[in-house]
Amino acid sequence: MWRDALLVAGKDLRIEARSRVATNQVAPFAVLILILFGFALDPDRGVLGRASAGLFWVAVLLSSLLAVQRSFAVEAGDGAADGLRLSGLDPAGVFLGKAAAVAAQLALLQVVLAFGIVVLYNADLGGPVLLLATCAAATVGLAAAGTVYGVLAAGLRVRETLLPLLLLPVVAPVLLSATRAWEAGMGISVDDGWRWAQLLAVFAVVYVTLGVLAFGALLEES
Amino acid sequence: MAPVVRFRSAVALLGRFPALAGVDLDVGAGEIVLLQGANGAGKTTLLRACAGLVQVVSGQAEVLGHDLCRDRRTVRRSIGLLGHAGTLYDDLTVEDNVRFAVRAGGGDVAAVGPAMAQLGVDGRLRTTAVGRLSAGQRRRVALAAVVARSPALWLLDEPHAGLDAEGRDLLDDLVRSAVRNGTTVVLASHEAERASALAGRTVVLGGGRVLVREAAHVA
Repeated sequence: MWRDALLVAGKDLRIEARSRVATNQVAPFAVLILILFGFALDPDRGVLGRASAGLFWVAVLLSSLLAVQRSFAVEAGDGAADGLRLSGLDPAGVFLGKAAAVAAQLALLQVVLAFGIVVLYNADLGGPVLLLATCAAATVGLAAAGTVYGVLAAGLRVRETLLPLLLLPVVAPVLLSATRAWEAGMGISVDDGWRWAQLLAVFAVVYVTLGVLAFGALLEES
Repeated sequence: MAPVVRFRSAVALLGRFPALAGVDLDVGAGEIVLLQGANGAGKTTLLRACAGLVQVVSGQAEVLGHDLCRDRRTVRRSIGLLGHAGTLYDDLTVEDNVRFAVRAGGGDVAAVGPAMAQLGVDGRLRTTAVGRLSAGQRRRVALAAVVARSPALWLLDEPHAGLDAEGRDLLDDLVRSAVRNGTTVVLASHEAERASALAGRTVVLGGGRVLVREAAHVA
């Protein structure tokens, strides 16, 4: 399973490195979201600062949709999904590999966006341990849930429009928890951020487990 | 010796449509069997069913001694399917595509270079993204991936399509060479003359059933 996961993750990351969709489209899209929020809320920079955690995670969430769609779009071309099924790879390995590749892209994206909210929103990223732990748990959860719903939508003609409808409600807890945890980490609120981070970890474990168990059946149906 | 492909009253559905409506078929080791029939006869569905890509919902379906429902993954590691699509990644190079197919199938990556050379997709093409290749070159890459994996059963769906004259001859030579080494080949083709010359026998399909069986060819 782990060998297959590494193989698939390596393949997906190599495709992204060659096509540069993540760097030329997904990352600029995410930064654009931050800039547009800045335009909308600019008259009062205090609002931007207070809302920066939520705006950061909204940008991550919307960008994750693109990353997941891209992850399955590469399998849709030239019957590559058939190739994936025919390869005899362990479906759990395929799931972990695809989720890992999406997670790697989201992690890089979060670095860019974190830099963006510091520059554009004057955000203070104090409490780095909590912020990083939140990022790690949320990234795994988003990538795992995205990969589960991505393969679910992959075989449908309306996959591009269906995926956001399926995925966004499911990952709403990630948006809520990650925002609360980051607000605590940034000193914007006095909540116990670690409790929110724990909730994110539970979400991640649930979707990684679900993906490992169900991805094979979903891949066959896609 | 047990047949490499053994279908008994096999039924497969595409949606609600019975694309295979009770197929009985035996293919022995080292045979080249040509599937013929009109469009919609069930040739592609039968090949995809052999690969476990279309589920047989009733009847029996065994490939290489394994039940397709229970041991699908084992079967898939031992077959090579060249379908209408090449199952290639446009953004990966020729070598990356063939290497991925071989590694995914648990094969020996040492076979990648010789297979690409055999199909004439080495040299400058080795590092070219597949998305920049012509249809015929893509076909050669897909075939190189099959050859490099050395599967026990080749399933070829319109394998000559898109290939130039040299490529068609090369494909025929590869099939004959593989069969000499014990590989079994089932192919579907509308190029009756060329494919008949290659195949040991023909099975004619119609309406998802076998209409004519065991029409042996004179070599």
